[in-house]
Amino acid sequence: MYGVMAEFDSVQALVDASKQAVTAGYTVMEAYSPIPIEELNDIIHKKRTKLSRFVLMGGLSGMAAGFTLQYWASVIEYPMNIGGRPYATWPAFVVPSYELTILFSALTAAIGMFALNGLPQPYHPVFNVERFSMASSDKFFLVIETTDPRFDHGATTRFLSDQGAKGVYDVAA
Amino acid sequence: MANNVHGHGSSSASLNAPVLAPGHDFETITEAVAQIPLAKRTPIGWVLGFMGAFGLFMMLQAALGKLVMTGVGIWGNNVPVGWAFDIINFVWWIGIGHAGTLISAILLLFKQQWRMSISRFAEAMTIFAVACAAIFPLFHTGRPWLAAYWLFPYPNTMGLWPQFRSPLIWDVFAVTTYATVSIVFWYVGMVPDLATMRDRAVSMTKKRVYGVLSLGWRGSARHWHRYEVASLILAGLSTPLVLSVHTVVSFDFAVSVLPGWHATIFPPYFVAGAIYAGFAMVLTLAIPLRVAYKLEDFITMRHIDNMAKVMLATGMMVAYGYAMEAFYGWYSSNPYEQFMIWNRMTGPYAWSYWMLIAINAGMIQFLWFQKVRANLKLLFVMSLFVSVGMWLERFVILVTTLHRDFVPGSWGMYYPTQWDFMTFVGTIGLFLTLFFLFMRFVPMISMFEVRTLLPQAKVKSEHGHGH
Repeated sequence: MYGVMAEFDSVQALVDASKQAVTAGYTVMEAYSPIPIEELNDIIHKKRTKLSRFVLMGGLSGMAAGFTLQYWASVIEYPMNIGGRPYATWPAFVVPSYELTILFSALTAAIGMFALNGLPQPYHPVFNVERFSMASSDKFFLVIETTDPRFDHGATTRFLSDQGAKGVYDVAA
Repeated sequence: MANNVHGHGSSSASLNAPVLAPGHDFETITEAVAQIPLAKRTPIGWVLGFMGAFGLFMMLQAALGKLVMTGVGIWGNNVPVGWAFDIINFVWWIGIGHAGTLISAILLLFKQQWRMSISRFAEAMTIFAVACAAIFPLFHTGRPWLAAYWLFPYPNTMGLWPQFRSPLIWDVFAVTTYATVSIVFWYVGMVPDLATMRDRAVSMTKKRVYGVLSLGWRGSARHWHRYEVASLILAGLSTPLVLSVHTVVSFDFAVSVLPGWHATIFPPYFVAGAIYAGFAMVLTLAIPLRVAYKLEDFITMRHIDNMAKVMLATGMMVAYGYAMEAFYGWYSSNPYEQFMIWNRMTGPYAWSYWMLIAINAGMIQFLWFQKVRANLKLLFVMSLFVSVGMWLERFVILVTTLHRDFVPGSWGMYYPTQWDFMTFVGTIGLFLTLFFLFMRFVPMISMFEVRTLLPQAKVKSEHGHGH
C-alpha cells in the first residue's frame, strides 16, 4: 500500500486539511490539485525549489559556449584578414552569445523543472484510485503516505474523514 | 447564454466585460475547452476549412518543388532588387509571431489576467508563423540541404565556419533560439492541460497519446511549485528574447549602409511593428474562433477591446517611425537619403507607400472609438487590413531602397512572378493547416490558468480576510 487518499471539494478544504495534517504531526504527504495553489507547497514541503540557480548556471554556460565558439572559429581556427581589421571583434559576437544565453537558460528551466519533478514518470500509485482522474478537473486530493512514521491505517483514515473529506480511499502501491 | 453575458456592441459593454463570463466553475471551464479536441465527430466547418488550407499548402509544396528543381531564378528578385518577396515575407511572418510571445510572456510578468485565455492559441500562432518565416530564407538559398553549413557552426570536413560578423548569422541564432524557446514554453504551458485531456479521454488511443504527452503529470503541490517557478523564468527569458529577435531582424537592414535601411530607429520601430501586426493576426484568428467554438465566455469583449487598444498603441509607434524616417531623410542633408524618401513618396512604388500610410497611420485612428472596438465585423476587417499594411511596410522598405540605388545606370524595377505569389499564399496555407490541426487536437485555451480566475480558486488568508 502507498497511502491513504482523501478527496475534497474545494481549494479551501484541501488547504485547511493540509494544515491540520501538518499540525497533527504528519510529515510524508502530498496534495494534488487541478490548479496551482501557492500556499500548499509552503504548508507541506516548506522548501523552495533550487531551479533558479540551475537556470543561472545554464545561462552562464550558454554565454560562455556562444562566445568561445565564435572566438575560436574566428580568431584561432580560421582567422581571416579582411583589410587588417582585428580578429577578436567582440561586439559582433554579442548577439549570438546573448541568444545562446537565453537558449541554454530556457532549456535548463524546462528540462530542470521536469527532472526535479521526476517527469516523465509512466507509473505512479495515485493513479490506481479511480476518483483521482478528477484531480485534473475539479477535485482536490490529499495523500498521507505509508512511509510517514505516524501512519496508521485506521487512525489516518479516520483523521482524513474528520477533515471533511468527501471520500477516503486506500492507494495501492 | 454567452450572448447575454456581454452586450451586443453597446458602447459600455466591452469596458465592463469581465475576463471570464460569470456562472462558471472548475468543471464547466474544463468541459467547454476539453470537449473540442475530444469530440468524436469532426465539425463539417473544420473539414471544409482544413481542405482549403491544405490545398494552399499543397500549392506551397508545388512552388517549392519547382524552385528546387529549377533554381531561384523562377523568383522575380534579381539585380538590383536582390532581396524581395523572400525577405518581405520572412519579416512579415516573424513579426506576426511576436504577439504570441508578448501575450504569453510580457503580459504574464505584468500579471495581466486577460492574457490567460488567449495565450495558448497566440503562442501556437507564434510557432506556426516562425515555421512559415523559416521557409523563405532557407529556400532563398536555392539549395536548402546545403544551408546547414552556411548557417550553423558545426565542424565539417571543409573546415568552414559561418561569418559571425554578419547580421544574417545573428539572425540564424535569434530565430532558431526564438523557435526553440517558443516551442518549449508552449509545451511546458500545456502539460497540465494534457493531463486533463488524458484523464477525460474515453478512447484508448487518445488516452495513450495524451498520456505520453502529459509525461505523467499529477498536479502535486511540489509539481506545481516548481512548475510556477519555471513558467515565471521562461516568461522572464522570453521577454528579452522576443525584443531581441525583431531587433536582430532589423539589423539585417540597419547594419548595411543603404539609404532607408541604415537607421538607428530600426530596432524599436521593427519591434513595435511586429507586435502591431501580431495583434492584428490574433484578432483575425480570435474573432471567428470564439464564435465557431462558442468560446465567447472565455474570449470576451474585454479581450477584444484590450487587443484593439494594443494594436492602436503599437500602430501609433509605427506611424511615428514613418514620420521619423521622412524627417531624417530630409534632415540628413544626404542627397541619397533625400532621394530615397522622395522616391518612396513619389516614385513608381508610391502607391504602396501611400497605401501603407493610409492603413497604418490613418485607418487605425478609428480604434480610438469605443464603438469601433466593440464592432466585431469591422474589427475583423480592420485586422486584415493591418496585415496587408504591415506586409506593404516591408515591401516599401525592401523595394524602394534597392530598386534605385546610388548610380542611376543600375536602376531597375521589381516584378514578382507567379512563383513568388504561390509561395507566399502557400505559406498562409501552411499556417492555416497547422492552426486547424491545433484546433482539433489541442485544448485551445489554458484550462488550468482560466480556473485560477475563479473566486473559489483563492485561499483565505490567515487573518480571515480574502485577497
